[in-house]
Amino acid sequence: MSSTDSVPGGRRPARPPRRLTRNMTAKVASIPMVLTALVIFVGCTVWSIVYSFTKTRSIPKLEFVGFDQYERLWSTNRWLVSIENLAIYGLCSMVFSLVIGFVLAALLDQKIRFENTFRTILLYPFALSFIVTGLVWQWILNPNFGIQKVVQDLGFENFAFNPLSNADTVIYGVLIAGLWQGTGLIMVLMLAGLRGIDGEVWKASRVDGIPAWKTYIFIVIPMMKPVFITTLVIIASGIIKVYDLVVAQTSGGPGIASEVPAKYVYDFMFGRRNLGQALAGSTMMLVTVLIVLIPWAYLEFGSKKRG
Amino acid sequence: MTRLRKLLATSTALVVGGMAHGAEIEVTHWWTSGGEAAAVAEFAKAFNEKTDHTWVDGAIAGGSGAANPVISNRILGGEPMGATMMNTGRDSEEMVDEGLMLDITDVVEASGILDVESAPGLFENCKFDGKYYCVVVNIHSWQWMWTSRKAFEDAGVEPPTNWDEFVAAAPALEAAGKIPLAMGQQSWQSSGAFGVLQVGLGGVDHWLSVYRDRDMAAIEGDEMRRIIEAFAEARTLAAGSTVQDWNQATNMVITDQAGAQIMGDWAQGEFSVAGEVAGQDYDCLPGLGFFDVLSTGGDSFYFPVNDDPEVTAAQKELAALLISPEVQVAFNLKKGSLPVRNDVDLEAANDCMKKGLEILKAGNIMPDGEQMNDPDTEGQLEDLWVEFWFDHSITAEDAHERFIDIMARAE
Amino acid sequence: MADLALSGPAGPRPKNRFSRANIFIYGTLLLVSVYYLLPLYVMVVTSLKGMPEIRLGNIFSPPVDITFEPWIKAWSSACTGLNCDGLSRGFWNSVRITIPSVILSIAVASVNGYALANWRFRGADLFFTILIFGAFIPYQVMIWPIVILLREMGLYTTLTGLVLVHTIFGMPILTLLFRNYFTSLPEELFKAARVDGAGFWGIYFRIMLPMSLPIFVVAMILQVTGIWNDFLFGVVYTKPDTYPMTVQLNNIVNSVQGVKEYNVNMAATLLTGLVPLIIYFVSGKLFVRGIAAGAVKG
Repeated sequence: MSSTDSVPGGRRPARPPRRLTRNMTAKVASIPMVLTALVIFVGCTVWSIVYSFTKTRSIPKLEFVGFDQYERLWSTNRWLVSIENLAIYGLCSMVFSLVIGFVLAALLDQKIRFENTFRTILLYPFALSFIVTGLVWQWILNPNFGIQKVVQDLGFENFAFNPLSNADTVIYGVLIAGLWQGTGLIMVLMLAGLRGIDGEVWKASRVDGIPAWKTYIFIVIPMMKPVFITTLVIIASGIIKVYDLVVAQTSGGPGIASEVPAKYVYDFMFGRRNLGQALAGSTMMLVTVLIVLIPWAYLEFGSKKRG
Repeated sequence: MTRLRKLLATSTALVVGGMAHGAEIEVTHWWTSGGEAAAVAEFAKAFNEKTDHTWVDGAIAGGSGAANPVISNRILGGEPMGATMMNTGRDSEEMVDEGLMLDITDVVEASGILDVESAPGLFENCKFDGKYYCVVVNIHSWQWMWTSRKAFEDAGVEPPTNWDEFVAAAPALEAAGKIPLAMGQQSWQSSGAFGVLQVGLGGVDHWLSVYRDRDMAAIEGDEMRRIIEAFAEARTLAAGSTVQDWNQATNMVITDQAGAQIMGDWAQGEFSVAGEVAGQDYDCLPGLGFFDVLSTGGDSFYFPVNDDPEVTAAQKELAALLISPEVQVAFNLKKGSLPVRNDVDLEAANDCMKKGLEILKAGNIMPDGEQMNDPDTEGQLEDLWVEFWFDHSITAEDAHERFIDIMARAE
Repeated sequence: MADLALSGPAGPRPKNRFSRANIFIYGTLLLVSVYYLLPLYVMVVTSLKGMPEIRLGNIFSPPVDITFEPWIKAWSSACTGLNCDGLSRGFWNSVRITIPSVILSIAVASVNGYALANWRFRGADLFFTILIFGAFIPYQVMIWPIVILLREMGLYTTLTGLVLVHTIFGMPILTLLFRNYFTSLPEELFKAARVDGAGFWGIYFRIMLPMSLPIFVVAMILQVTGIWNDFLFGVVYTKPDTYPMTVQLNNIVNSVQGVKEYNVNMAATLLTGLVPLIIYFVSGKLFVRGIAAGAVKG
């Protein structure tokens, strides 16, 4: 990956190379980046992986125990529930974010009035933290005075909408809040993508009498592939880190029904003083990320298709 | 702007003041409810008035679960606070081992507390390798069940005097539109209730053989199964309770919407704030009405090692102050917990508190789960019981198997 | 693309104002807007009610007696333990954390992006790839070693330490943004400047910076909101005197003293969200433009 012209968008060097001294200033200026990449992202990750094979409790000690921490991890129900929740949440939030984001962007792209107003309304939740998001939706979904109560008071006494108190539905309650917070940004990205489509495409399709929905699905969406990829990457990088939202909205409850891996790791790292177990969990999270990311990086940076 | 200026002014004043009058001691704790904050204010007041030092309050909300990470990070990260609350127990074991905690043996011995401990062996929990590293400031116990008289009267049954009577009366409560058992949804509440059921139904000896001796026969035995089945019964009795916080659940008992709550002695503060009278409006049953026994969990303060001799001196002064008679009385009356020394007078205590004092005096005490299990094992047990509590598809048999697993692995 | 982005909607043109398509479009948008506005509405309404009214009414009814008491309490007197100075302290801490973090992280990332786009050197791509992977590494993997690093540098629990952490974790996405943007600028400009003998910094300050306002706005908005809203790093890398506002919010909301004061909690929540909200309402349009102008080049 280090050969210069294999990366799309990259520039050829402005001068013929003179090895070390070439681009000296640029190299000096990149020192913070290099340090961050090596010390933090590589160094700390390696540190964490190494210690995940030890029986470290609260103070890091190199007493290796092989795969014990991993065996325990995968036989712990709470971890399995966390993984399942992350899968459900991740899949749903990817699909729904993309679909909702795209549909909203397409609607806003119809030369409508008040576009700015609508766009602001859809985007503002993104300005709020997950802590705020979680708290607000906890209140709105509270069965004793939220939506359920209000609809019941209107006379629909059998109305039940209480996702947070039920172990089977709680993760969808979290999803509602997560989508509320995040879809606005996706919509903006999609809108930017749509605006990047040449107007001629629409003219041509109109001349040929192709219905709008067909034009979107068969022409516009394929043209927006780079935007979709960027968007997916942005959504995916957020999913694995889901933590604050769950803490604020459900604290992982009821029971352990809405636990997520990040919370598992955090709890073991700090609350339960079992660093080895926590790091085994975080290493598994990292592995998951790599499984998703390596094919993507290969497609994105590995080929010269957009050279 | 004036606020900013005031802020600046006070911060400079503190710096200057700090130089002139002793050290600033930052104290972290998680006492943030009304009664708790009032109680800790007694500590701060005493410290500020009686010494040259200043109490800098470092309250962290959200209970021990939220506070523990912050506290341990600070100590292990080499940026310790002056003093910190921790649950009496094994939380701090490793930190003491690593020499991160100040040895306060001299303070503990000089205070004479060891002769007047209100529960024998209370300070043993602060003792590692013959030295003392913490002071226990109160005794509080999980082993209580709180019942609403009116709820049972409304249902046309006698208020229960023990768990079995309570279970028998539950259908009547339900028929009267009441929730038999109030329980908040936070995980520590249901797992704590399990501990109470285990002691109440199985007795202290059984409890000790399971957690202290790790006796596999007791862990795998029928008695344990019976307790888990009772816990399964409890979860159906609490199915209608959807509140989050423990004090919201207590409030259901106060307002007679629920028959009972299993909760530690801190619930009593809520009853008294609501103007309820023990023995008239509500009853308190220690050991679920079967055993007059209290667990002696408590809150302790540790003093992380500091390079500054002035801070070390201030830490020791604080340690001595926290267990001095006057401060003990003032603090515990506000907190609703029991003092750690038996040479103080608690006339102002209410009925339930006095009941507790008598049990203490009679020596019917047992250790707390936290003293027996390390935080890791405690955490796994909490996960198990809370999952069991909310997922009714897990049978008592499954739960028992997982319990055996966890206990077999515990260190 | 940058030009096209400003040229307005490109979708198919609807026919007349009350066509079925239009009713569908506006109907859907209105419905969706309700879902998006509902939480804000609930927060505002509840924060203006007194506690008795909250206990009686439902959360959607407008306040009968408007009171600003909850706002005042949330700002200046809500308690966590013995500290009864509300969110005000956290607000100033957040300001002191956010401003240097935003400036430093944008400065570093824009130089990174510039070096990567225009001054490619051996290995640069490797570091860039690592950086992008870094965006996906769960924070939990790195929290603890960073505690140790900061401790060794004597920066643990200091504001400087937290600013560094924000700079580090903001770097991947920002560097990607800047790299993509600088790459999209016409190469001839850069070449001409090189011919004129301008060096690394000369080109950066005189050519690149003046042309990059849109992307700086995007970066600024992302960073201000991201850092202001951060909770995890605030909890882990600071101590109570320097807690940012989000941590204090969580403290106040979780300090149940007797009854839950929903109105104070909502006011506190709104106060915490106010800074990023204002930024979005004021500069949202620039944000959208900036994104269109280069952030989504994939």
